[in-house]
Amino acid sequence: MIIGKVIGNLHSTINHPFYDGKKMLIVEKIEPDGQAASGYLVAVDRAGAGPGETVLVLDEGNGARQVLESKDGPIRSVIVGIVDEINVVKTP
Amino acid sequence: MLLGKVIGTVVSSQVYDGLQGVPMLLVQPLAKDGAEKGAPVVCADGTRMAGPGERVYYEGGREAAMTLEPWFVPVDHAIVGIVDGVETPHWKGGPA
Repeated sequence: MIIGKVIGNLHSTINHPFYDGKKMLIVEKIEPDGQAASGYLVAVDRAGAGPGETVLVLDEGNGARQVLESKDGPIRSVIVGIVDEINVVKTP
Repeated sequence: MLLGKVIGTVVSSQVYDGLQGVPMLLVQPLAKDGAEKGAPVVCADGTRMAGPGERVYYEGGREAAMTLEPWFVPVDHAIVGIVDGVETPHWKGGPA
């Protein structure tokens, strides 16, 4: 899984039937310290996240389909959690 | 999934079984602010409704082929939807 920050919403009318009624968010990938990493992705929200929030994104197809209870949905990225806190522990 | 802009069409008459009739579109990937970024890719159009000039979102990898019927086809990028609008700060991609 990767951590990211929600930076926007995406609306769509014409889409694959699997995406009907699904909320999609644009997620910027971030480093553990909160700085923007390179890249972004469009993910389906399953955690009730919104713009500005730090989220946990599952970026793997089979897991994503399991979360969304679909056998053949063309999906790979799902927001599965909202991050409250990240602790980076430095060990010697 | 990533955002892209359709910049052209690709026509192929000799295709692998299962890909007959599937529209192939040339898609320019977009960065998170809507600016063009990277090299164009050829996407199968799972919506069958996208056309040049439209903003779309597409899936890459194994999941791309799952937009199609039959799904066991050699496809690595596929458009899954057409963008109506994006609400994100600093958007430079213009209207969808």
